[in-house]
Parts: sequence; C-alpha cells; structure tokens
Amino acid sequence: MAGTGKAHLRPEGDVLIRVEDLVVEFPAGRGRTVKAVSGISFDIVKGETLGLVGESGCGKSTTGRALIQLPSPTSGSVRHGFVELTELSDEAMRRRRTDIQMIFQDPISSLNPRRTVGEIVAEPLRVWGPKGAAEQKALVDRILDAVGIDPDLARDKRPHEFSGGQCQRISIARSLVVDPELLICDEPVSALDVSVQAQILNLLEDLKAEYGLTLVFIAHDLAVVKNVSDRVAVMYLGKLCEVAGPDELYANAAHPYTALLLGSIPEPDPSAAVDEDLVDDGELPSPINPPSGCRFRTRCPQASELCADEEPQMREVLPGHHVACHHPLVAVAGQ
Amino acid sequence: MPLFTRLCLGWLVAIVFGAIFADLIPGLQDPNYQGFLFGTSATNEPPSLTHLLGTDNNSRDILARIVYGARVSLVVSMTAVIMGTVCGGFLGALVGFVRGKTDAMIMASVDVILAFPGLVLLLTVVTLLGRRDLLVIATVVGFLSIPPYTRVARATALAVSRREFVMAARAIGTRKRTILIREILPNCLPTLMAFALVNAAVIILLEGALAFLGLSVQPPTASWGNMINAARVDLRINVWPAVWPSLALVFTVYSLNVVGDHIRRSKAVRSAAL
Amino acid sequence: MSDAVETDRRLLTVTDLRTTFSIAAGDVQAVRGVSFALDRGRTLGIVGESGCGKTVLARSIMRLNLGSNVTTTGTAEFAGRDLLSLPMADMHEMWGMELAMVFQDPMTSLNPLVRVGRQVTEHLRQHLGVGRAEAARTAVDLLNEVRIPEPEARLKAYPHELSGGMRQRICIAIALACEPALLFADEPTTALDVTVQHQILNLLGREQRERDMAMVLVTHDLGVVAGRTDDTLVMYAGMVVEQAPTGSLFEEMRHPYSEALLRSLPRTSQVSHTRLAAITGRPPDLIDPPSGCAFSPRCPYVQPRCREEVPPLSAVDDPDHRFACWTPVGSPEGMAAFARNVAEGLPQAVAVDLTAPSSTGSGGAS
Repeated sequence: MAGTGKAHLRPEGDVLIRVEDLVVEFPAGRGRTVKAVSGISFDIVKGETLGLVGESGCGKSTTGRALIQLPSPTSGSVRHGFVELTELSDEAMRRRRTDIQMIFQDPISSLNPRRTVGEIVAEPLRVWGPKGAAEQKALVDRILDAVGIDPDLARDKRPHEFSGGQCQRISIARSLVVDPELLICDEPVSALDVSVQAQILNLLEDLKAEYGLTLVFIAHDLAVVKNVSDRVAVMYLGKLCEVAGPDELYANAAHPYTALLLGSIPEPDPSAAVDEDLVDDGELPSPINPPSGCRFRTRCPQASELCADEEPQMREVLPGHHVACHHPLVAVAGQ
Repeated sequence: MPLFTRLCLGWLVAIVFGAIFADLIPGLQDPNYQGFLFGTSATNEPPSLTHLLGTDNNSRDILARIVYGARVSLVVSMTAVIMGTVCGGFLGALVGFVRGKTDAMIMASVDVILAFPGLVLLLTVVTLLGRRDLLVIATVVGFLSIPPYTRVARATALAVSRREFVMAARAIGTRKRTILIREILPNCLPTLMAFALVNAAVIILLEGALAFLGLSVQPPTASWGNMINAARVDLRINVWPAVWPSLALVFTVYSLNVVGDHIRRSKAVRSAAL
Repeated sequence: MSDAVETDRRLLTVTDLRTTFSIAAGDVQAVRGVSFALDRGRTLGIVGESGCGKTVLARSIMRLNLGSNVTTTGTAEFAGRDLLSLPMADMHEMWGMELAMVFQDPMTSLNPLVRVGRQVTEHLRQHLGVGRAEAARTAVDLLNEVRIPEPEARLKAYPHELSGGMRQRICIAIALACEPALLFADEPTTALDVTVQHQILNLLGREQRERDMAMVLVTHDLGVVAGRTDDTLVMYAGMVVEQAPTGSLFEEMRHPYSEALLRSLPRTSQVSHTRLAAITGRPPDLIDPPSGCAFSPRCPYVQPRCREEVPPLSAVDDPDHRFACWTPVGSPEGMAAFARNVAEGLPQAVAVDLTAPSSTGSGGAS
C-alpha cells in the first residue's frame, strides 16, 4: 500500500493518543527531502499494545519519536487526550514528558556510561519527582526491584558492569519511575540474544499489567510483535499498509506486503518448507523520491495501473481488519 | 601500566614536584646566583659534586636553573590546558550539542583564531603592554589554545549527542542546560584529557621556541628555552649548558606523549567494552 | 550411504578444536573442544547465542583469528591437509580458492574507497592470473548470478551507493568468484531486513546446490538453521551440546539448552500474548567456566551430577543424533529430574513449567 485514510480509527471514547495525517520530513541536502513518514493516522486505546512493524527505513521509529515531539512532526496532529501536542510550546511539552516515556534499541547506548545506575534511574525524579533523597531512593529501589534488578547490588555500579539485558531492564526502570501512561518501546529487544529477549518481553507484559500501561511496540520482528501486541500496524516506506488484531493479521494477511513479510520469516520448523518461490528480488525505493500511488507497487505481484495512478485508502476488509490496497488478498466484505 | 609508562609518569611527577617546591629542596642553589662574581665557582664548569650538572656561561648552577625553568614550562602549559579545556571544552560541547546558528558562528570565529598567526599576536600584545612576564605569555598562549580544544570537544559532543541516553534525557523532560552539563560534558572529558596531555607537550615545545627567539619570559628568569638560547653563544666551548635543558625538554615532551597515549588507549578499551 | 562414498565425499573433519584468547583478566576459552565433519555439498548450521564461540570456531578453522594472544589447538583436516598446521603462506593460497567467507556486516567487509568491480575481480586476478578484460567479463557474470540488476553499472559503484542487501550480494559474489569448495557464512543476514534475509538465504542455497559447495552457516537464529541446513550443531559456552541432522534435531530436541532456546523464541504460529519460556540467568564466564555441564546453572533439568561431571557428547538411539547431557529432554531421567526441580521450587524449572497455572497469561512477577 501504502496508502492513507482514517477508516481504521476508532471512536474517541477510550482513545489515549490519536495521530492524524502525520508527516515527518528531513532535509537531505541539495534541496531534497527524505519523506520518512507521509501522512499516517492511527490511534491507541488505553491499556492496549499497538505494534508498529516494518523493515528498516519504513518510518516506524520516526513515528514513535514524533509521538513525543522529538523532533516535532512536519505536519499533522498528535492528540493526547484533549491536548494537541504539536501545538505546545517547548516548555509546555517538557512539562508533559512524564506522561509518555520511551525505551530504546541499544540498551547500553541509552544509559550514560559515566553515571551510576542509582543516578540514572533517579534522574527523572530529580527533574519531576519528590525532592527528598530518602523518598527518591525508596522509589528507585522499588522500581529496580520490579524490573528484576537487585537495587542494593546495582545502585552504585555503572552501566558497563551490566549485560545488555540488564541494561534494558535499567532503561525500563528509568522510564517507569515517573509513572507514565504510555511507554514507547523502540526495538527494545532487537539488540538482545534470544534467551534474554524472552525475559524482557515477559517483563514488559508483566509491567504492563502491573502499572496499567499503554504500549507502542516498534519492531522489525513480526513474531515478537505478534507476541506482545493487541493491534498491529504494518508500515512500508512512510505509509500504513494494514491494521488488524495480531491473530487476525497473521492468519489472513490482506496486504501483499504483509504477506511478503510473513512469508519471509524463517520458522524454526524444518517441516515448514521454505518458500523459495516467494519471488521478491525487489529493493526498497528511495524515501527521497517514493513511487506514485501505492508505494509498494514496485515490488508488488498484484500491482496494476490503478496502483500507480491512485493511492489506495484504508478500508475495512473484515471486522476490525483494515487494509490500504486496491487488490487485497482477502475478499472485501460487501463486494 | 607497563614499566616504561611508569617511568615516564615518574619523570612528569618529579618535574611538577620540583617546579612547585623548588624553593624548599635542600641543597638546590639560587638559579640566579653567579658564583664567579664571588669566586665560589667558575663559568662553564663541568659536572661536579657542588654543581651536579655543571654551571653555565654566567657560572649559574644548571640543575637549579632547570628546576626553576620547569616552572615556566609548567605554568604556560597548565594555563593553556586549563583555558583550553574550560573555555574550549565548554564552547565545543555547547555548539556540538545545540548545533544550528550558534554552532556556525562560534566555529567561524574559532577558525579565524586558528588561521591568525600566533607569533604576530604575541608580538603585538607584548609590544602593546610593554612587558613580557609569565602572566602575559601564559595568557596569550592559553587564548591561542582554545580553538583546538573547541574542535575536539565539538567532535566528541556531536557523537555523544547522537547517543540514545541524550534522547532519553530529553524524553524525561530534562532541560537542555542540564543535559549539557550532566550528560554531554562528562562524556567529552576523557577525550579532552587525552588531548590535553599531548597538547601540553606541544605548548612546552612552543614556549621553548618562543624563549629561543627571545619572546618568552624576560631573562634572567630561567626557562628551558632561554637557557638553550643563552648557551648557544658558547656552544663551541661548552655544549652541556645547552644539552641539559634540551634533555629535560625532550624527556618531558616524550613522557607526556607516552602517558597521553596510555590514557587514550585505556579509554578506547573502556568505551569499546561499553 | 556406504562408508566408501562417505569418505570420498568428506571435505572437512574438525577434531577437538580449542581456541583461547589471553587477555589481562585471564584466558578466555572461547572454543572448548569441538569436533565435527562436513561432506561436499552439505550445509552445516552452527547455532548459539552471542559469546557461545560459534564465530570464533569458524574463524579458527579459516585461520582468521589474527592476533598474537590467540592459541588454537586440535586439527581441521580439509581435503587431506590439516589447515591448522599449514604455513600461513599456504593458507593465503587457500583463501578465496578453496575456502571463502561471507561476514555479518556487508558494509565493513567491503573497502569503502574501492569500486565494487575491483573488489570482485581482485581475487580472480590475484589467484588465477586472469587478465583485466576477462576478469571484468567474469565479474558481470558473477553479478548476474547473484541477481544484481544492471551489473555493468553496479561494478562502477562504491559500496556506500548500494543497499545492505546489494552489498551482501556483492560479498557473496566475491566469495564465489574462485569457486571455493567450502563457504563459511558468518551471520550473513543478521544485519539485513527479513525480506532481504529471505532473498540472500535463497541465493546462498541455490549457489551451493549448483556448485556442489559445502557451507557452514553460523547464525543465532534457529529459524534460519531449520529451513536451510542439513545438519546442525548447537553450541553453548564454547562446546557442542547437541549435534544432529536438522530434521531430527527439531523433531526431538534432546539437550535442555536446545529445547530452552527454541521455547524462548516467539513464533508466529502461537497466539498473541503467549507467555515465553525465558531462560533464566546469563551465560557463564569463559575465563573460569563452571565445573560440570556449563548449562547446569540455568538448566531446568539440573541434577547434582551435572554440576560435577561434564557430560560427553554421545548418541543414544540414533547414532547421528548426539548430545551432551546426563538428563536429556524426553528421557525418563530427564522427566524425573524436571519434576523434582519443580517440586523443589528451583527458579529455572518453575519459570518454564507450563503445567502451572501462573505460567500463562500476562500476570505475575517474572
């Protein structure tokens, strides 16, 4: 797809964050612009986990960062409750930062190597929290304990004394210490080994229940995204392709790109024969000069002239399952 | 730390210690006492028990002059390092973090200073003030060493700013000022320190060259450079008054480089382990 | 397969290979006694987590562990010659000609300042003494073969002008240029996107079949091993813990580590929010590895004996399926050991006890 449209947005009631027509562009020198995100809309309901999945360069991380206005989007709206975040001044946005927290891909790079773990986790409290040292320490200890780090052993150590998985736990502790509503996880497990990845995914699920969190989970690994998400949005080259519940999406992929992604996953099961006929020797087009119409058409086996002329709009193909494609792989309800 | 590095470090410690406590070292003579005026010693004496390194063409004790001369090298290089790390380090970290117009403006002025011939500036200042004591020389050399530190700090700050912990700090709503002081600056320091040691060696050589040209502190105040300059006249009669300060200069500069390299390497190991 | 055929087809036999790095903190025993054999035209998968020694093993066989602090012992007999005792000059002759390697990061394994064309033809001209014009023609053929569109234009490009997938194709073309008998692919797709990974693995598989080339595929991804290899070695803490034809390995994992690795992997075939059976703890310190089985501190099946004696790599029923465990998965001893550990509340056993009600869903502390 890679189309636009808002058919997949839900009624306002429980929506925590509503993003409409989000556009993020960066200058690429010589007067050109990288169209990282080109008009996507989505919403996040309180308590759910939205999985944003796609390959590198699809704009998923940029989207995550646009939610916290780092940097602010080029255009479009990010509404948190009744507040339009894109219109806030820097200072007003700074005051709202505790509501939306973020954890990053590289657990080691996201901790300042010259500070102790105690200082790192207490940093948000230094900015916002209770000023009493004892009170801060109690909070830090409680949160470190919750993420499975022994506060007494860890408090005075520096990040390089910990493994990647432990650093990611410390990172999570830092983001949760201010009790945020929304936690944006940007590829939180892709730098970790398989066994550690499972520990962190389980931990996120536990913390979500314990702290009543809403999550945006950004990842390139479809299996990981399926495991943690309540709703999955597939992105390609700055556009949304398909939005659906995880089990539904993986069972009935309607967008040819989703089908390609799913077919490419190496399943740890030799009896599931590798699909060598899955023909795709295509390359990701340049985000500086993306294809007209549907952005996926240059690699799409279903592509027709219509796809080049007209950008597909989001529509519901099955209940709760939206796709932006002129030729979806499932029969469209009512057609 | 390898033995050789320890030796170099030992030499540096000895030099610094000697320069600071020169007045208190028992048996060390007055560097400006001209023995031949009072018949206690001759000019160009070879090394002996009274004058461990001999005397110069004014019959002054060479060892004493080297120890006191280290003060000049030390003060000039320390001023340069301190002004460089404090002013240059802060400016560089600031512009590397905030980028934009401030960056363009400050880096432009830094480039101008870098392009400006230092010797001319020094001559102008010395002429205008009509004096060339340690304070003037040290300040001018210090000012001239700000730009290289700014460049080093800026390059480091650019890299540090891209690390995710800076993004994380912004995401928790830390003010930019606080991020600069708590996240960026501490991570620029190790690189600046390694640079400072090597830079100190360069400054010591620079002071030597200035003194040789007669542009450093006013004789009779001893400095390694003006000792070599003074010995030049009698080089055919006695090379030792030139050799000893030269050796002091070489050992010091070399040791600074060895220790600087050691620190840089251990820092590289540390950041690779991160 | 008869014995005669087997010895004829045998290309590489590695026996008791050990590699140690001396660092300030002590001797890191990165590979601790690995043996295996590989036939022509077959693919061996070596799978394990970071630090298990899989990459060091491949590089030790290739003699690419450059550095004076590395010692390698054991033998690696390749077509009748022991690679580990060959003079370095002979090794230089073998690289590219007989043995080739594809690395994880296609950006850093290509020289950024040299046009792709020269890098592809370098080996041809150096080893085979091929002339410039003919080398250029071969380069175009090679790029066609690795399915790079417009090969003539791409040969003039610099590495940074190509995408990650294209660069890895170039690396494969370079590796294949002199028709090696054995290709080491060290995490060749880890840095690539999943659709590109699929393309590259297809390409490697096709080239291997067409050239009757043997391949060692080093990866951390059990999924990659499952679909693309004939045999698999599972490594943990520098040792092989399980070794079997890939089919029988996935059918019946016998070593607790292999099982744990597979179970901790999220799968698209599972419903959303399936709780993962995470492996508790961390891999051991290879400077001072634990006595007994290296996996024992994290193993849900651990028994006192495991902490004292290193289990040998041996077969039970199927002679091709060997594993190093005192209480293998699926055996009566194993089941009894697991039940005992759950009853005693051993954390690593309780964490993966799927019969317990608290182990599903998202509640509870980890």
